[in-house]
Amino acid sequence: MFGLDKKDTTLLLVVATLTILAPFLLNPFPTASGMAQFNAGYPDLMQRFVIFGIFAIGFNILFGLTGYLSFGHAAFLGVGSYAAVWMFKLFTYNVIPAIIMAVIIAGIFSLLIGFISLRRSGIYFSILTLAFAQMSFALAYSVLSNPKFNLTNGETGLQVYADDPQRFHHDGLPDLPHLFGLSMRSTYTMDVGAWSFDFNAGYYLCAAIMLGVFYLAVRIFRSPFGMMLRAVKSNQTRLNYTGLNTRPYTLAAFVISGMYAGLAGGLLAAMDPLAGAERMQWTASGEVVLMTILGGAGTLIGPILGAGFIKYFENIFSKINDNVLHQWFSFMPDGIENFMVFIVHPFVGKGWHLTLGILFMLVVIFLPGGLVDGGQRIGKWLRSRRGQKEDKTSGTTTPAE
Amino acid sequence: MSKSEVTRRGVLKTGAVAGAGLAVPTIFTASSAAAYTNEPTGGTVTLGFNVPQTGPYADEGNDELLAQQLAVEHLNGEGDGGCLNTFTSKALKGNGILGKKVTFVTGDTQTKSDAARASAKSMIEKDGAIMINGGSSSGVAVAVQGLCQDAGVIFMAGLTHANDTTGKDRKANGFRHFFNAYMSGAALAPVLANEMGKDRRAYHLTADYNWGWTQEESIVASTEALGWETVNTVKTPLASTDFSSYIAPVLNSGADVLVLNHYGGNMVNSLTNAIQFGLLDKVVNGKDFKIVVPLYSELMAAGAGENIKGVLGSMNYNWQLQNEGSKQFVKSFGEKYGKPPSNSAQTCYAQTLLYADACERAGTFNPCGVVEALEGFEFDGLGNGKTLYRADDHQCFKDVLVVRGAQNPTNAYDTLEIVEITPVEQVSYAPNHPMFGGDEATLGSCNSGA
Repeated sequence: MFGLDKKDTTLLLVVATLTILAPFLLNPFPTASGMAQFNAGYPDLMQRFVIFGIFAIGFNILFGLTGYLSFGHAAFLGVGSYAAVWMFKLFTYNVIPAIIMAVIIAGIFSLLIGFISLRRSGIYFSILTLAFAQMSFALAYSVLSNPKFNLTNGETGLQVYADDPQRFHHDGLPDLPHLFGLSMRSTYTMDVGAWSFDFNAGYYLCAAIMLGVFYLAVRIFRSPFGMMLRAVKSNQTRLNYTGLNTRPYTLAAFVISGMYAGLAGGLLAAMDPLAGAERMQWTASGEVVLMTILGGAGTLIGPILGAGFIKYFENIFSKINDNVLHQWFSFMPDGIENFMVFIVHPFVGKGWHLTLGILFMLVVIFLPGGLVDGGQRIGKWLRSRRGQKEDKTSGTTTPAE
Repeated sequence: MSKSEVTRRGVLKTGAVAGAGLAVPTIFTASSAAAYTNEPTGGTVTLGFNVPQTGPYADEGNDELLAQQLAVEHLNGEGDGGCLNTFTSKALKGNGILGKKVTFVTGDTQTKSDAARASAKSMIEKDGAIMINGGSSSGVAVAVQGLCQDAGVIFMAGLTHANDTTGKDRKANGFRHFFNAYMSGAALAPVLANEMGKDRRAYHLTADYNWGWTQEESIVASTEALGWETVNTVKTPLASTDFSSYIAPVLNSGADVLVLNHYGGNMVNSLTNAIQFGLLDKVVNGKDFKIVVPLYSELMAAGAGENIKGVLGSMNYNWQLQNEGSKQFVKSFGEKYGKPPSNSAQTCYAQTLLYADACERAGTFNPCGVVEALEGFEFDGLGNGKTLYRADDHQCFKDVLVVRGAQNPTNAYDTLEIVEITPVEQVSYAPNHPMFGGDEATLGSCNSGA
């Protein structure tokens, strides 16, 4: 289907099903129960899951295929956000032009940075991209936000004011980002018994776009172009000796992944019309590297899983405070309750970084291929068990492939 | 002859399917239309405490959280009742808010606008928070205030000192109890003139972001109004930790006062550098060299240690204030946590009580009712003395403290001494003051999210 082989089609369908059913899947616990703490099916977080999924998919096209480790991808995300918010400020709250503009601006920006950075490879490339990203951050945070020439509004973040021109905005349209009148914030809440599920317009827009760009990524992975990028990763020197100029290929990959980042940035702004400089900081760039490695670099679905994993920790674990802990352990005698809270306390709330760090270490040490690797191992183990069972019952051996 | 295919099983199946089909719409319509965002329906009401728990202002954030928890206790009638005993409005009974028990959720702003908004959004969308309180930076405050306005909940700002929060970025759903940069300037200037004379030459080092600029603008304006000359204003990157290269030029500039528009760790480092360069021992233009830190906090004072001795600055509140509200609050806070409350803790505590009280007086949690109840509200007994919540810009007007690093602190918390309590008249300004967005700044209309 769609020019994909059977395996990729299945993968695409699985991703599509998961994203469409996300409001159900992410809210498995009844709203009033103690476990509701772990529900992630509210609009903001679901949007973040898919948006950072897009960001990581794009990053994976560069890092997973060519092996070029960019430490500056957050810059493109930030540029995309600023472009989108400026479209809101100047023209209209409709998200379509904003998203298109975000992708274009991020593409131009990544062409510029990629053109310079790709003159070097390996660690030097990483350092160059990091330097550019930090420069962009400094520009956005203070240089371009002085009162005389205010492009980014600095620390506060660029936002839309009532006295902005908004040329094509008229009464009757929502005063928030919308898709031809459908507000991105509009949410339909379905109550089924003790459960409640949120269906948010913004989320489904992001999800549709993510499915589109995921499909695009699959096609890139399977194309001759993708093959060429893998060749760059496995041995660039040999490729050069055969008379091939690899620069256009790597630059193309860099720009494509930059545009993915810009798209993610544009969507972030479309869901919440504010662009903060912090999303360009090196920590944000590092985060997407973590997402990709955690999920499985070079795999198709890995980056999406990684993005979801990290965002889940950031938003759910950081909100567990001592009060919640006391509730959990309240069935225990007082002394033990306090002891348990004392033990768990460093790993939740403000300690969520610590938990994430430990998990990251475990994944990198025991599952070098990321979460996807873990899934494959489990799959293999199940299959071999089933195989053994069949062996015992039927007594025949299946021939090796 | 037609053959009827009606079977018992067939009828049952069709009936079941039809029944389910009819029931579906009732599932879809089950969600009741709320009158406003997160209308509390059960026996509890949820407040969202969004403070920095990681990052450069984590200390302030954790202190805020302690105060907020204390406020919830007092609202629910636990503990000693704290400032409910001294608050001039007697609407709060210690039985929660409007009879509903107060619960709260917490989140980490990381002192980043993005993260703060994500955290606030999750409180509103997931936990059903009806009010967001806290924060320790103006960028975050402005960002979250905008979000609350859009979402239709009330924002009670924590520590935010930039003029913009209630200036050009003011919002109908947002309220600030903390003082601002303009007030710092207005309160400090007379004291500076008094202590240092009217013919000083000032050199500014300013943290290069929004808050730094508004503070610099305010201090320059108020010191120049009394005759000072501004030699130079230099912006320093926020991420700097070593300010030696910025301090050295001060010595050769002919300036005799250094103004540090820095906060938190920045201020601790720049002040330490300035002391190391021996600035305070210099005599320039026949006068002793002086340093001014316009915005002080206890936590900064603790960080800078010995270096703050004699350095002047301003504060919103100090635990050494001897009014009834302050004494009561310090007692409650001290008994529970074993230390006196900071500036930022007090403002969050007061904001939480003010919100609860406004709900009681309005008789509803509806944001528009709360806004109406808070606008133009005059009160006393929360620690700052007589205070007015001005209706035009949702800024609190109250006395401002001018403080000085204590020469002989007797204990770890006694690092600052109050020099003067500047009366509120002296720090007031018109709502359309040019530093506050001029005539263009408007609150807009309150949004209840309905």
